[in-house]
Amino acid sequence: MTTAPAEPRLHSVNDYAVFVGEAELAELRALAARLGSHSVQMVNSTAVGGGVAEMLNRLVPILNELAVRTRWDIITGGNDFFEITKAFHNALHGGSYDLPEDTFQTYLAYNAQNQARLQFDSEFVVIHDPQPLPLVAARENRKNRWLWRCHIDLSQPNEKVWSFLEPFVLQYDGAILSSPSFSRQLRIPQYLFYPCIDPLSEKNRDLEPEVVDAVLERFQIDRTRPILTQISRFDRLKDPLGVIRAYQIVKRYFDCQLVLAGGSAPDDPEGGAVLEEVKAAVDGDASVHVLDLPPWSALEINALQRASTIVIQKSLREGFGLTVTEALWKKKPVVASAVGGIPSQVIHKHTGMLAHSVEGTAFQVRYLLSNPAIAARLGQQGHEHVREHFLITSNAKRYVTLFLSLLR
Amino acid sequence: MNEAAHPFQFETASYLTRICNQRASNVRALRAGLKRCSAASIFYHTFHSLGRLHFIPQGFSNDFAEWVLKSCNQPRLAEQLASLDIREYLSLTRLRADLWGLVNSYCLENPREARQPAFEPLYFCESIEVEVPLGKQARNLKEFREGITGLSHAAFHFHFITSRLRLRLRSNDFSLWLAGELGRESLARRINRLDIYTATLDGVRQQVIDQLDLEIGA
Repeated sequence: MTTAPAEPRLHSVNDYAVFVGEAELAELRALAARLGSHSVQMVNSTAVGGGVAEMLNRLVPILNELAVRTRWDIITGGNDFFEITKAFHNALHGGSYDLPEDTFQTYLAYNAQNQARLQFDSEFVVIHDPQPLPLVAARENRKNRWLWRCHIDLSQPNEKVWSFLEPFVLQYDGAILSSPSFSRQLRIPQYLFYPCIDPLSEKNRDLEPEVVDAVLERFQIDRTRPILTQISRFDRLKDPLGVIRAYQIVKRYFDCQLVLAGGSAPDDPEGGAVLEEVKAAVDGDASVHVLDLPPWSALEINALQRASTIVIQKSLREGFGLTVTEALWKKKPVVASAVGGIPSQVIHKHTGMLAHSVEGTAFQVRYLLSNPAIAARLGQQGHEHVREHFLITSNAKRYVTLFLSLLR
Repeated sequence: MNEAAHPFQFETASYLTRICNQRASNVRALRAGLKRCSAASIFYHTFHSLGRLHFIPQGFSNDFAEWVLKSCNQPRLAEQLASLDIREYLSLTRLRADLWGLVNSYCLENPREARQPAFEPLYFCESIEVEVPLGKQARNLKEFREGITGLSHAAFHFHFITSRLRLRLRSNDFSLWLAGELGRESLARRINRLDIYTATLDGVRQQVIDQLDLEIGA
C-alpha cells in the first residue's frame, strides 16, 4: 500500500511568516529591494531528484517573488557524462578515481556543448556542484559575477580529480560551501551557506495526529513504547549495524523499539547487500522495524520522525545531514555522530547530543529517555536553531546578501 | 508625550560568513591566529556568535571559549575567555588584545596543554555586514515601542549590541536616542544595563518593551 503524492501547491513567501515571523520577511524584502533589477542565473545538472534540485525548486520562485529576477538552467549530458561526474563526486569525497584518463576530455566536451547552448547574460551566475563547473569558461571580460556553489565536502579530495578541477574553481569570484570543515585553502573567497529545508514541503509540514497514527499502524509500530529512529538509505557509511548495536544496549534498560527507515538507491549496488546485513543483525527482534521505503515516501518519513521519541543519526561520514535538520525542525531530541556538517546543527548539550561510538550513542539515548525534560529542551532549542539558520528563507537571505556584498 | 526632533531610524544588518584560510589545531595556534586574523574575524567569533546562537541562554558566550572547552578540554581558559563581556568593548582592537592576552598567559603557564591537539580544528571565519534601512521610524515612545516589537532578531542585535562598535560608546542606539532625543536618561540607563548573556534576544527585547511600558504608563 502506498500513499498518493500530495497535490503540488505553489507557496508564497507570505506563507513562511508563520514560521519565521513578519519581521524576518520584511527584512528579506528590504534586502531584495536593494538588489533592484539585477538578475541571477542558477545552473545545475538535474531538475528533479536530489537535494540541490529540491532546494532550487523552492529557492528560484522565492527569489522571483522577491523581485530578484532569477532563472534556472539545467545542463544536459549522456549516461557517460553522469557516470564520470558521479565518479568525480565520490573522488571529491576522498574516494579513488579509477576511470580512464580520457574521461576528463569527455567531461569537458559535454560542458563545451552546454556552454554553446546556454546564455550566461545574468549579472550573477551560480553554478551548482562539479558537473557544470567548466562553464565558467563562458565568462566574458569578467563583466558578470560567477559563484560556485559546492554541496560536497572538499576537505580531503582525491588529488587527481581535484588538481583537474581546481583551475576551474579559481576562475570564479567565490565558492560557497556548506560547512567550514568542507573548505580548502583557496585564493578565492569561500562563503558559508548552510543547506536548508522547506517547512512547507511534504517531508516537513505539520501533520494531523491521525495521519501520524495511520502511518504507525501501517508499519505496525507500537505508539505506547519509546521509538528510536534513524532515517537513512541502507549504506554502510550511515552505520545501520552500529545503530542496531546501540539499540540493543538501550534495550537492556528500556522497553523500546527501533525504526530503521530508508531506501536503497537503484544506482547503489551495495544497498541491497547492506539491507540483508541489517535484517540478519535484527535477528527476528519484533521491536525492530526495518522499512525499505520507495523514493516517494516523504509523508511517511515525516510521520515517522514526528512519532519518534529520539532520532539517531549515527553516520560514519556525512555531508551536511539534512535528516538531522528535519528531525530538529520537528522538535525531536537528536543523538548524532560528530561528523560532516552535523556539529553545525547539533551543538552538544544545547541542540542535541553528539556521540563518537556505539556505546556513546547508547548512553546518550538512555540519558535522554531518563530525562524527558532535558530531551524536550534540546528539541525546542534545536527547532529554534533550524528556524534561524536552516530554512529556505535563510538561504534566500544569504544569496541576496552575497549579491549585495559583491556589488559594493 | 514628547516628540523627537530627529526620529529613530530602524535599520538592520544582514551578515554573510566568509571562511578564512586560517585554522587552529591547538591553543598555541589559537594564540597565533588571534594575532593574525582580521577584525571581521574577531567580530564573527564574538559579537556575531552571540547573535547567531541567541536562543541558547545557558552560558553560550563566544566561539573561542566554546572551542577551547569542547575541542581542547581546557575549562579554565574557556571560562576566562567566556567571561569577556563584549559590551565592555568599543573597538575590536581592544577585544583582540584581551583575547590574545588571556591565551598568551595560558600558553606561558601551561606549555604542554597548549600544544595538545584539539579534537576538532577551529576554522576562522569572518562576517561581512550589509546594512539595510527598514524604512520605519519613530518620533515618540509609543512609535518606538511599536518599532522594537516588530524588529527581526538581526535588527535588534544590530541596534542593541553591535551598535557599540559603531558608536564607540558604552551605550546602544536605543539608549542614545532615548536620552538624546527624548531626554529620558533614566530609561536609557536602565535599558543599557540589561544583561544580554543570561537571556535570549527575545527575552532581552521583552525587557526593553517592559521598560518602555513602564515609562509610557507613568
